[in-house]
Amino acid sequence: MAMLYTTLPVLFLAIAGMVMLMFGVFARRDHTFAITAASIVALAITARLIFAAPDGQVFHAMLVTNDFTRFADILVLVGAAGALSLSVGFNERTGITRFEYPVLILFSVIGMVVLVSAGDLLTLYIGFEIQSLALYVLATFARNNVRSSEAGLKYFVLGALSSGVLLYGISLVYGFAGTTSFVDIAHALARHSMVSIGSTIGIVFVMVGLAFKISAAPFHMWTPDVYEGSPSSVTAFFATAPKVATFALLLRVMLGPFAPMLAQWQDLVQIVAAASMVIGALGAIGQSNIKRLMAYSSIGHMGYALMGLAAGTVTGVRGALIYLAIYLVMSLGTFGCIIAMSRKGKPVERIDDLAGMASEDGRYALALAVLMLAMAGIPPLSGFFGKLYVFLAAIRSGLDVLAVIGVATSAIAAFYYLRVIKVMYFDTGTPGFDRRTAGINLVIGVSAAVTVLFVFYPSPLSTVSSYAAHALFQSAKF
Amino acid sequence: MNFPLLSLMIWLPLVGAGLMFVTQGNEIVAARNARWIALWTSLIVMILAIVMLLGFNPAAHDFQFTETAHWIPQFHVAYRLGVDGISLFFVALSALLTPIAVLASWRETRRVRDYMAAFLLLETMTIGMFCSLDFLMFYMFFEGVLIPMYVIIGVWGGERRVYAAIKFFVYTLAGSLLMLLALVWMWHNAGTTNMIVLMHTPIPPHIQDWLFLAFLASFGVKAAVWPLHTWLPDAYGEAPLPGTIMLAAVLSKMGAYGFLRFSLPMLPQASAYFAPLMFVLGIMAVIYISFAALAQTDMKRMIAYSSVAHMGLIVVGIFTFTVEGIEGALFQMVSHGLVIAALFLCVGVLLARGHSLRLDQLGGLAARMPVYAAFLMLFVMANVGLPGTSGFVGEILVMIGAIQVNFWVALLTGTGMILSVAYMLVLTRRVLFDHARGIASALIDDISGREWAMLAPLAILVIVLGFIPNGLTFAFNNAVKDLVHAHMSALGQAHLAMAKP
Repeated sequence: MAMLYTTLPVLFLAIAGMVMLMFGVFARRDHTFAITAASIVALAITARLIFAAPDGQVFHAMLVTNDFTRFADILVLVGAAGALSLSVGFNERTGITRFEYPVLILFSVIGMVVLVSAGDLLTLYIGFEIQSLALYVLATFARNNVRSSEAGLKYFVLGALSSGVLLYGISLVYGFAGTTSFVDIAHALARHSMVSIGSTIGIVFVMVGLAFKISAAPFHMWTPDVYEGSPSSVTAFFATAPKVATFALLLRVMLGPFAPMLAQWQDLVQIVAAASMVIGALGAIGQSNIKRLMAYSSIGHMGYALMGLAAGTVTGVRGALIYLAIYLVMSLGTFGCIIAMSRKGKPVERIDDLAGMASEDGRYALALAVLMLAMAGIPPLSGFFGKLYVFLAAIRSGLDVLAVIGVATSAIAAFYYLRVIKVMYFDTGTPGFDRRTAGINLVIGVSAAVTVLFVFYPSPLSTVSSYAAHALFQSAKF
Repeated sequence: MNFPLLSLMIWLPLVGAGLMFVTQGNEIVAARNARWIALWTSLIVMILAIVMLLGFNPAAHDFQFTETAHWIPQFHVAYRLGVDGISLFFVALSALLTPIAVLASWRETRRVRDYMAAFLLLETMTIGMFCSLDFLMFYMFFEGVLIPMYVIIGVWGGERRVYAAIKFFVYTLAGSLLMLLALVWMWHNAGTTNMIVLMHTPIPPHIQDWLFLAFLASFGVKAAVWPLHTWLPDAYGEAPLPGTIMLAAVLSKMGAYGFLRFSLPMLPQASAYFAPLMFVLGIMAVIYISFAALAQTDMKRMIAYSSVAHMGLIVVGIFTFTVEGIEGALFQMVSHGLVIAALFLCVGVLLARGHSLRLDQLGGLAARMPVYAAFLMLFVMANVGLPGTSGFVGEILVMIGAIQVNFWVALLTGTGMILSVAYMLVLTRRVLFDHARGIASALIDDISGREWAMLAPLAILVIVLGFIPNGLTFAFNNAVKDLVHAHMSALGQAHLAMAKP
């Protein structure tokens, strides 16, 4: 019975996705809105099923459920639901209303749920591919648009490459550890009296494959182009759910099966984190397109979250999880604002298009300003707490240099976030944007409100993420 | 737990700001509502501040009006408030100057509601910062100040406002982030962010040095200690006048307060070690900036530079580690807050009538506006430290403190005071006397009732504090004595520890 409950969320999502796909194919009229709404309901039901799933592992430890996977799953579902709510009006305006959109998102969420719960390198890879295949299609969703097709192609080629790298890493690890099960790998690696080069290389390859998906530097090249080229509704999804899922997996893999080799990969994670923060901060300065700006911003944010992984402690994981949760909410709101940027049905993406927004639509400007300040990590907004916890973890683990780099890049990054506010508040202009749909308003409003009010009640998130972090380490202690 | 006076003072302005956005009506009605809400809210906070002053027990050695509540228990971070003799008057200063700033912005017509809300938000942040007894809370308020100030400069500022606003923000943020690292380290070290615990948690000397430098980066930028002051002329110059008043009178004190609250008690050895550096920075500010002030051609900028010079004096006073020096610095901070606000208000009076603040286009105002001239003269004299004004008491105490430490420090600081007389007198001569020029050649009104309401309280306070300095010093005497005593005993212990084999 435990087996059923553990797999039920995945099964339910798969069946729901299939049913909606069939319904969409055979229906006479366009039912995109209904299918999107049904998908959100399906996500909510999945969330309930995830809570119902008992702790433990099934299928010979192929799938694992604990507080950590629940935490990550919920974040993924929130991200997907947010992206779905944002998509409705946007897809209609840009003429890409097709029922496949919510269905594809559901399918990729299946991959993410599998990914997050993977207890074996094989389930990891399967989850990874289920997620990626749906994402490749989503990137080209505006199929009549050259840039969208280009983005999809680029994403596919580089994604396939990263999958190859990941698979190669997996094969090396398998070769040297003799098993694909997380538990057994940890035992095998811990047993080795000396570090074998082969497994080290394998771990590095696995890490690179995952770093590609979370767009950590120096594997970030695809991010700005894909973010810019894909339809904004798809970008909103890219920036949230897949990143959180892959990051959660990264945490589980590095601190689970690969934990015995912490000394080997810690430096590498530090370098990747530092590079991401620096590239995220410097790359964004010259951008005039807000989606490219957000791409670099997300690279930087992944760098901060990786700081928590580099710490390699419970505090570090907790910091990274809090960071991801806060990042998810901020990103959804920001992309809501970006999706709302359109004139006469045509999306506009330049930052300068926002000029004069404060006098035309004060609430929108205030929300975006709050989100930008939160992204910059200015207290008392929620983004500050994310940074605070990862800095705390870094200092506790003695990663002073990394913390100093983080501080320096925060100051640089503040500059370009401020520029958005500057354009809205200090410059004059008439944006004349179209009316926003209720879904977009809801997402912007909720995310801005959470960002502002988080300071008054921060303890639930830190409690929950604390449980999740402890669960991760408990399951890693075999 | 008794009446949450401090919480009320902190959160009331925020409620007021929220209220402005709830009221309906067209733009004119909304603007009028916003003005009155802002004024009444800040006046109520001022009355609460007076209640706080009256209820304060100067004989006690502990923090008073303390409040505690849960906030992030997992990390041993809590909502902790309280005031002692050191923070008491800064809270009062913020509460006094906010209604004055609101009055000073009464004639603003562009986006009044946002403007007033920004000032109330600023009040929440400043009072919250001075009352915080938790380092994390302190930091949040300290940084949070940036948000309203950035908007105030950027939206309602002068011609180069965007540049000034971004420079102000990034400069201050870069400094503050270093303090964040220091905060995180101390949090990690002590396991809590309770400031009272932190004050009694020893820190190894070599780490103290780093932490001190991190604090210096943050507080130094806020207090505009030379050479970290370069954001200041732009920000002061471009901010709208009420914004400048808050910047100069309250925000600059946040840095000096930080030195007193954090650097001295928490890092005693590093403070002693770096004291000569601080003296040099303070003296450089006093002398170099005074010369820079002499060269200014704009009245507002000249007063801005004078403000930096006085901050130098305050820094010297703090790092003498003597009771006189620190009391002088505290007194000077309060007095400077009153005087500089009044001087900028005087600038505002001219702005409201004429348009130019260039010194070569002003002159002969004494004949046209005698009341104004009297006020300006009084505040100029208070600024240069004429006996009988509040400025004198602070300066003389700082000098007494400085001369106990080093004759040269006292001498050079004194030189700066003479220089300040020079430029302030140049200012008065150019503005009030000389032959009538610019707006003075036309018929202009003397100061209005609203301006009276702003200037008169400040003038009374300046004179009263000049004659009865006891009213201030006896409230913070205990706190300063404790601070100096704790500092000396910490140094003594460190000495003993080093002397032991």
